[in-house]
Amino acid sequence: MSNRLFAVVALAVALAIAAASQLIANEYFFSAAYTVLLYVILATAWNILGGYTGYVNFGSAAFFAIGAYTTVALFYAFKLPLLVTIPAGTAVAGLAGLGLGYLTLRLRGVFFAIASLAMAVVLFTFVVNWDFVGGARGAYVLQPSEVPFGLPRYIHLLYSVMVLMAALALVVARAIEKSTIGRGLAAIRDDELAAESAGVPTLKLKIFSATVSGALMGMAGTTFPYYLSYIEPSSAFSLSYSVNSIAMPLIGGMMSWMGPLIGAVLLGTVQQLVQVTISSAWNLLIVGVLLVLFVTLAPNGIMGWVEAWRQRQKR
Amino acid sequence: MEISPALLFNAIIAGLLLGGFYAAVSVGISISFGMLDVVNIAHPAFIILGSYIAYIVNSQYGFDPILVAVALSPLFFLLGMALYRVYYLCFEKRGQESLRGLAFFFGILFITEVVLILVFGVDYRTVKSVYADTTLRLGVLDFPLRLVVPFLVSVAMVVGIQLFLTHTFFGRAVLAVAQDQLALRLMGVNPVRIKQLAFGLSIATAGIAGAFLIVIQPVEPSIGREYIGLVFAVCVLGGMGSIWGTLLAAFVLGLAESFTSTFFGPSWAPAVSFGLLLATLAFRPSGLFGR
Amino acid sequence: MSEALLEVRGVTKRFGGFTALESVDLVVRPGERLGLIGPNGSGKSTLVNCICGALRNEEGVIRFEGRDIGAQPTHRRTRLGLARSFQIPKPFVSMSVLDNLRIPLLYAARQHEKLATDRIADEAMHILRRVGLADKAQARSGGLTMVDMRKLELARAMAAKPKLLISDEAMAGLSASEVDDILALLSQLKQQGVAVIMIEHVMRAVMKFSERVAVLVAGRKIADGDPQAIVANPDVVRAYLGE
Repeated sequence: MSNRLFAVVALAVALAIAAASQLIANEYFFSAAYTVLLYVILATAWNILGGYTGYVNFGSAAFFAIGAYTTVALFYAFKLPLLVTIPAGTAVAGLAGLGLGYLTLRLRGVFFAIASLAMAVVLFTFVVNWDFVGGARGAYVLQPSEVPFGLPRYIHLLYSVMVLMAALALVVARAIEKSTIGRGLAAIRDDELAAESAGVPTLKLKIFSATVSGALMGMAGTTFPYYLSYIEPSSAFSLSYSVNSIAMPLIGGMMSWMGPLIGAVLLGTVQQLVQVTISSAWNLLIVGVLLVLFVTLAPNGIMGWVEAWRQRQKR
Repeated sequence: MEISPALLFNAIIAGLLLGGFYAAVSVGISISFGMLDVVNIAHPAFIILGSYIAYIVNSQYGFDPILVAVALSPLFFLLGMALYRVYYLCFEKRGQESLRGLAFFFGILFITEVVLILVFGVDYRTVKSVYADTTLRLGVLDFPLRLVVPFLVSVAMVVGIQLFLTHTFFGRAVLAVAQDQLALRLMGVNPVRIKQLAFGLSIATAGIAGAFLIVIQPVEPSIGREYIGLVFAVCVLGGMGSIWGTLLAAFVLGLAESFTSTFFGPSWAPAVSFGLLLATLAFRPSGLFGR
Repeated sequence: MSEALLEVRGVTKRFGGFTALESVDLVVRPGERLGLIGPNGSGKSTLVNCICGALRNEEGVIRFEGRDIGAQPTHRRTRLGLARSFQIPKPFVSMSVLDNLRIPLLYAARQHEKLATDRIADEAMHILRRVGLADKAQARSGGLTMVDMRKLELARAMAAKPKLLISDEAMAGLSASEVDDILALLSQLKQQGVAVIMIEHVMRAVMKFSERVAVLVAGRKIADGDPQAIVANPDVVRAYLGE
C-alpha cells in the first residue's frame, strides 16, 4: 500500500472513529481514551529513534513536556489557540531533538541514552524555576467555553484532535519505515559501522530520526495543558511517560509501525483499568515488570511472536 | 549578595565533603561501566535500597547505619552477581546489550523505585546516629559530622578499592578484563566469572553508599533518579574506569554543586551534575582525566 | 606512469604510546590486484581502517583518484568508490540476504551510477548470482554458514560498485574448496576492472591472485613488488617464520 493511500485510509478511519465515538454515552471514555491515544503517539514516536534506529531515548517525558509548556507559554504570552500551539510545540520539540542529537549522537548509543536523561532533568529544573509558566506551583490553562464543531464538551474536542494526531504519527512512522531512509536506519540499528561502510550517512540519518521522534513526542504533549486545565512540572515530566514510551514498543514489537500501536493500546488500556481499580503505584509496577519480562524473554514483542508463528506455518 | 569569607570557605568545605561521598556513590559505576562496559543505569536504585535497609535496621535496633551497611554488603554483592548473570545470559551473550540491556536496567531502576513507594510511601526517611546532629567548629568553619563521617569512610572505601584493584590477583584480573578478554582466557581465567564478581563488588559499594546517603540527608524513593546523572557525570568526567579520576571528578562535582546551592539556591543543584554531564559528553567525552 | 587510484603516503597511526603504523607508503593503480601480507598485529587492519576512514592517521596523506580524502567520513569514501569487507562479517541481521545488498546499492552505488529504484532488486539478484548466493536471497542473513557470510560481506562491498575493493581476510578459517570459491569471486572483479587489495594469510591464494605483493611488519612496509621475489626475500621469510 503506498504512503498516500495509507494516509488517506488512516485519515478516514480517524475521522470515522472520532465521529462514531460521539455516540458513546460514558463520559469517562473520553478522558481514558485521551490518555491511551497520547501513549500511541509517544510510543510510535519513540520507536522511530528506538526501534528503527537502535538508539534508546530515556527522556521522552522531556519532549512531551516541551510540547505542553510551549502551549502554556504561547497561551500566556499571546493567547494563541491550539491551532497555532500544536505546530509550534511540535517544532520546538523537534528542535530539541535536533540539538540533543547533534551534540550526542556522534557518541555511542549509551551516551546518547544517558544524555537524554540528563536533558530531561535539566529541562525539569529549568521549568520549575521559570515563573512565567508557573514554575513549581503550576499553571492554569482554562478550556474555552465555546466548543467548536458543536461538540458537547471540550474533552470531546481534545479526544478527536488526539485521534487525528495519532493517525498522523502512524502515517509518518510507516512512511519512514518503508522508505530508503527507513532501510538506512535499520542498517544503522543492525550494525552502524557496516552501514557507514556501505555508504549510509549515519550521523545525518540519526539526527533526522531524533528530530522527527522528538517533534512527534512534543506533538503528543501540546494538548495536555487543556486536559485538566492545569499543568505542573512533576506531572508533565512524569517518569511514567518515559517508561511507557519504552515499554509499549518493546511489548508490541519494535520493528514496525504496528508494534507501538498494539503495545500502547494494550498496555494503555490495562493501565487505565488498574489505575481505577487498584492504584497508580501498582500501575507503574506492572509496566516496569512487563518491561523487564519482555525485554529478557520476548525481546521482539508481540509482533515478534506473530512473525515467528508465521515462519513456523510456512514450513 | 555579599560573599563573606566564611560563606565561601564553608561552601568549599561542604563541596569537598560532599565530593568524597560522591566518589563512593560513583566508584561502583566506574567499575561496572568504566571497566566492564555494563551500563547499569539502575545503580542508584541499589544505593536507595541500601539507604532503606540501613533505615529499617536503624529504626528497629538503633545500630549505626554505616556499620549495618558494611555488615550487610555481602548480600548486595550476591545480588549484584545474580543480576549480572541475568544480564549476561539475556543480553551480553546475544550482543543485544546496547538497546535491550539499557531498557532492562531502566526497568530494574523503575521497579525498585515503585516497590519502595508501595512499601514505604513517599515520605522522607531519616536515621538516628550518634554524630547526626554534631557539628565541629573551627573558627568560622563548620564541619558537620553527618558529612564528615561519611566522607572519611567514603574516601577510605574508594582508596581501598583502588589498592585492591592494583595489588590483588582478582583486582588485576578485573583491570585486565577491561582491556583484553581474549588474553585473559588464554591465561586460564574465565572473564565472565571475573566480570560477575566485579559487578557484585560494584553493587556492594552501592549498598554501602546508600548508608552514607541516609546519614547525610533524608531519603525518599525517587531520589535515586537524581543520582543517575551524578554517577555517570563523575564516571565520564573522571575518564571511564580510572578510580583516581573518579575521586577527582567527584570533588569537582561536589564543589560545583555546593557553590551553585550556596550562591544560586538549592533548586538549581540537580541541574549541575546533569548539565556538567551533558557538557562533557558534548565537548570532551574522554573526560578531564581520560585516556 | 598511469595515474594512481589510491595513494597512501607516509601514513603514521599511534594509539597512545604504541605506534601501529610507521610512515607507510602504498600505491594502487586502477584495476591492479595487490596482496597485502604480514604477521598478526603488523598493522594490516589498522591500515585498512585508516584508508577507509574508521580511524584517522596522525601523519601522512591518503589520496583517492588524486583527491585528499583524509577529512572525509567513511560513507563519503565509499561513495567515491572505495569499499571494504570486514574480517569478522557484519551482516545486517534483521534483513534478508538480498536486502543486505540494497543498502550499498541505494546509498553508495547510486551516487555514481544510474540505478532506478525499481531496478535495485534485480541488480542485487545479479550480484547474488555472481557470488553463488542466489538461492539464499530470501534467507535471514544472520543464519548463514561461515563461507556464505564471507561471500555476503564481499557481495555487499561489490554492491557499492567500487573502483577499489579491500578484502580483509575473507578466507581465514575456510576449507580449501571454500577458499577457491572466494578466489573465484575476487577474480571476477579482475574482469570488471575493479582494483583489489587482498589481505590474507592463505599464501597460495595471495600468490595466485596478486600482481603485486606488499609486506607489513610491525607497522612498517618492508617489501613491495613482484610476488615471486617477495616470497624469496629473506626479510619476509624471517618475519613470518619468526626469530
